[in-house]
Formats: sequence, C-alpha cells, structure tokens
Amino acid sequence: MTIDTTQRDPDRDIAPAPPVTLEKQGQLPRMIVPGVLVAAAVVVGVLVALIGFNIGLFVIATAIVFTITLYVLARAVEGSRKATDRLVTAVVTSAFALALIPLVSVILTIVTNGVARFDAEFFGSSMRGVVGEGGGAYHAIIGTLIVTVLAAVMSIPIGLLTAVYLVEYGKGRLARSITFFVDVMTGIPSIVAGLFAVALFTALLGPGARFGFAGSVALSVLMIPVVVRATEEMLKIVPNELREASYALGVPKWRTIIKIVIPTSIAGITSGITLAIARVIGETAPLLVTVGLVANVNLNPFDGRMATLPVFAYNSYANPGVPRDPYIDRAWTAALILIIIVMVLNLAARLIARAFAPKTR
Amino acid sequence: MSIDTSPGPAPAGTDRSTNANKAVVQPGDRIFSGLAKGAGILILVVLAGVAAFLVIEATPALLAPADQIPGGNGLVAYIGPLVFGTLLAAVIALVIATPLAVAVALFITHYAPRRIAAGLGYVIDLLAAVPSIVYGLWGASTLAVASIPLLIWLETYLGWIPLFAGPASGTGRTMLIAGVVLAVMILPIITAVSREVFLQTPKLHEEAALALGATRWEMIRMAVLPFGRSGIISGAMLGLGRALGETMAVALVLSASGGITFNLIGSGNPATIAANIALQFPEANRLDVNVLIASGLVLFLITLAVNSLARLIINRRREFSGAN
Repeated sequence: MTIDTTQRDPDRDIAPAPPVTLEKQGQLPRMIVPGVLVAAAVVVGVLVALIGFNIGLFVIATAIVFTITLYVLARAVEGSRKATDRLVTAVVTSAFALALIPLVSVILTIVTNGVARFDAEFFGSSMRGVVGEGGGAYHAIIGTLIVTVLAAVMSIPIGLLTAVYLVEYGKGRLARSITFFVDVMTGIPSIVAGLFAVALFTALLGPGARFGFAGSVALSVLMIPVVVRATEEMLKIVPNELREASYALGVPKWRTIIKIVIPTSIAGITSGITLAIARVIGETAPLLVTVGLVANVNLNPFDGRMATLPVFAYNSYANPGVPRDPYIDRAWTAALILIIIVMVLNLAARLIARAFAPKTR
Repeated sequence: MSIDTSPGPAPAGTDRSTNANKAVVQPGDRIFSGLAKGAGILILVVLAGVAAFLVIEATPALLAPADQIPGGNGLVAYIGPLVFGTLLAAVIALVIATPLAVAVALFITHYAPRRIAAGLGYVIDLLAAVPSIVYGLWGASTLAVASIPLLIWLETYLGWIPLFAGPASGTGRTMLIAGVVLAVMILPIITAVSREVFLQTPKLHEEAALALGATRWEMIRMAVLPFGRSGIISGAMLGLGRALGETMAVALVLSASGGITFNLIGSGNPATIAANIALQFPEANRLDVNVLIASGLVLFLITLAVNSLARLIINRRREFSGAN
C-alpha cells in the first residue's frame, strides 16, 4: 500500500511556514574535519617553531586550536546544537588519544632503557659477588617463579571451590556475605596484604622473619578474590539445561559439577586464572616487606630471603651502588622482563578464551 | 543474578519426588559441598585474620609512649601527615582521571567505529596490566623530568593559587606528578566500570532520543549519562580505593619530606601511608615495624570504607535498574 501524499495538499495553506532557522542549518562538507586539522597543525607548527619546537606543546595546542575552529565554523554554518555535538566529539576523541600517551610513553621508556642489558648474562647469572658492571637477574627470575607458583597453588583451589560454592550451592546469608567480602578483598591494598603476612609470621615465628612463603601468602590474599570473581562469572554462563540433563541421567550433583559444569567453562576459568597470575606477578610492595632481597640464588621458599624481579628492579633503582649506571640499567631490564611476562600472560589469557570459547550451545 | 541449580521437581507421575531427590545425595556429594563451603568460609576467616593480625601487631605502637614513636610526638602526629598525603594524592588522581575515564568510555562505546571498539577497550585494559613498579620507574625518570617546564610555568603564571605557590621543585618529583601517575593507574578501572554501564543503557532509550532529532551528544546527555551516573560514581570510588593503596609508584615518584601543605609543586610534601611503609620498612626495627603496621591498619580501614561504599552503590543499582 502506498500513501497518497497529494491528499495533504489542501492542508498546505494552513500548515505553518517552514521555520526560519532551517535556512541556517546548512551542513559543513565532510572534508572540513581533516581540513581544519591540517590547517591548525600548520599554523600552530609555525607559531611553536618560532618559540622553540616542543612536541608536547605542538600536539596540545593543535588539538585546542582545531577544536575551537571547528566549533566556531559549525556554529556559524550548522547552528549551536550541531556545533556542541562536534565540540564533544572532538573532546572525547582527544581524551582517548590523551589516555594512550602514557601507555606509549611507558613502553617506549622501558624498552629503550631496558634493551641495554637484555642479554644472555642477565638471564644466566645472579648478583652474587657482583659490584658494578655485569651480573644479572637469574636469581630474581627464579625467585619470582617460586613465589608466584606457590601463591597460585594456594589460591587456585580455594578460589575455584569458593566460586563453585557461590554458584552451585550458595544460598542465603553466608553466600551473600562471602560475595560481599570477596568484593571488599579485591580492594585490599597490596601493601596491606604484605603487612598482614608480616604480622602473621611475626606472631607465629617472632620478628624479622623474611622468606619466600610469606610472600606467597601475601600474594594469595590478592589473588584469591580475582580467581573467585573470574570463575564465578564463567560458571554462571554454563546453561542450566546441561546440569538438568545430567541430573536426569541420575548423576549426583558433585559429579555433575566436576564432569559437566567445570569442563564446559574451563577455557574461561583458565583465562581468568592466567589474568590473576599476571596481576600478582608484578606486585612489588608485598614482596618488599615479606621476602626482602638477596644477591644469590635461594631455592628454598621456607628459609631465608629471596630475590624477586619487582623488588630487584626497585632496589637497583632506588638504592644503586657506587658506579650508578650499571645498577640503573639492570633495574630497567628487570622492568622490561616484567612487562614482557605480564603482556604475554595477558595475551595468553585472551587466546585461551578465544580458542576455547565457552561451549554454550 | 543467580542461577537456580537445584534439581527441579520430579516429573509428574512419580509420587516419591522428595525421596528421589534425597536418594541422589551421596557421600561424595556431601564431601564436595563441604569442601566448597569450607573454601568460602576460609576466605571470610582470612579477611578476619588480616584485620586481627594487623590489630595485634599494631597494639605495641598504640601503647608505646609518645617519645618512642619516630618523630617523638606520638602516633597521631606521625600518621596524621601521612593520611593527609594519602588523601591528597588520591584526590588529585581522582580529579584528573574521572572526567578523562568517562570520556574514554564514551569514546569506546559510542564514538569509535564498532569494529575496532573492542580492540580499543583491550588497549585501555593493558594500562591496568602494567605493574606498578614500571609506572614508578616511568614516573620518576620520564614524566617527572618532562614536567619541570610545566611546574615552572604553573609557578610563574598560576602562582597566586595556593596549590601552585611554589617554589617549583627542581626534580619534578612532586605531589602533582605523583597524582598524575596515580591518575594513569586508576584510569582503566574507572573506564572499565563506566564502559560496562554505558553499554547497558537500554537501546530503545538511545534510539528514541535519536528519532526525536537529538544529536549524538544530546542523546548521550539525555539517555546514557543519567543511566550510567551511579556506575560512574562507583567506578570512581573503586579507583579511589586503588589510588589510596598504591605503593611503589608513589614511593618512587614522590620525593617526600616535610609536613602538611597544599603546595603541589614544591618539594616539601608528606609521603602517603603506603609509600612510607615501603620506604621505611626495610630498615625498621621492632617498634618501628609496629608503628608502620599501625599506619597500615589505618590505610586498611580507609580503603575498606571506600570500597564497601562503592560496592553498596553498585549492588543497589543492580537491584533497582531495569537493565539485565
């Protein structure tokens, strides 16, 4: 059916005249945005070059000049509402670009400073007997692995079982209070987790005890809530039909959980656990107060201080030895290794989640 | 939202439905559910343990005579400036990060091309993955040095504002820059929470606004922002909690000395609680450790209050909002 618009013709005389403002509502050509941007960049570039070129000043001034020019043009041609819209678009886009600057700057700084000592010796030797040049972070890498693995071994079962409880069994006040306190636990500052481990082992063993396991306890406090949260989300999206089908076959609940629910969501859980490990592996503060630092390899987490990568980086930078540069270089390289580990873990988590996406169908 | 997983009633025709349900419960079932429940209770015990052991180890500092506390004027005089420094740095970070994070979240959800939006969100999440020690090294060596001209500019032209009274620090390692580093660190948290609620805005509200002739910004102002307000608030509070407790970045960036001052660009600012613990702990002896643990207890209580408040706002919103 088509609507016959000619019928409305007689009404035309009664209808109000087209609003006068419509005349003003022209439209700027599409190329106006890049055009104004280039013009602003050229003008600002010349002005900045006159007072001495500075990349930060150039970018910021260009963004401001571009935004204002576009706003004024749009206001003149398109009216104030469209102009405000363009203004907000420009502001929001610049905000995003601004947020990327630190990320790029951090990575550039770490990589350019870190490559100097990114060599075989750094990975192969400890700091035992090293004064000045040479040496490496072998002991710190080993220490980080030991402490993190111990923390993961403690946190993963507790976190997994808690999530299972919350999703499959939990009802009423206990479940609700666990959910709430897991959320609260997510916000515990890492230094407080470290102090907790110190206080715990001071009360048990007397003051001054520093060893790897204490660091693992501190990291577990930080890691458990992350594991619970991630696992809970994944268990929740397992369709109920799968559970009901299993019950209908007479499979008891616990075997349903182990054989059906967890395997279905294993990809998401693994990815969540990987992210949790990535979060704690870079923690410095709790390890600084619980594990301390040594120059040689210590493989026993229950006896004596251990070196860990973040603390090694911090200490090399904050308390360098007498020829200062080798210590600073080592700090940068340790930070570079740390950031590589974290990025690889993050990437791995994404890939795991994507490759074995939850089988919800 | 919780999924009801209890086995449903038995199909019609079986009178023994309750018995049949009970018959499925095996010893293995009881053990497994007990284990799961035990793990949950263990978490509560750990959290209670955190509070309890902090209190136990802080007690000697609370009872010690004033002249034995570092500084010689008692615990309150020692912790007071640190609390001030902690709040000041966190507030600076919040003031910088919140508007930026809301803008970034809007960009990702409503401005960026749909195809690359998820990728952009991932890039912002990477900011959260960078370890704090890395931010500390970056802030101390790159950002602080780069900021010196800005600090001098602030002192010269905005010196009449008490915040920028100066004299500007020669190293750039000031409260302002510590706040900027913290802002970078909490930006992804606030962005993530805001993004989540912006995406939950009912599509019909947005389309209705656009259909009435609203521009994109008017649609956001009328439909998205009112819907997401509580999400932004709770995201900001979560960010505040993180900023209050951040340790290594502040310890490396801020060169702390002196007492309470609002001068952000000078070199006489107090440390934050967390940074002070990290800096003093390696050389602390017995009572000093207790004093530091007492200051950690104060930090714990502050962050606990902030985070609980944030969670309450989130949870209340979840119940009352029509979304989901």
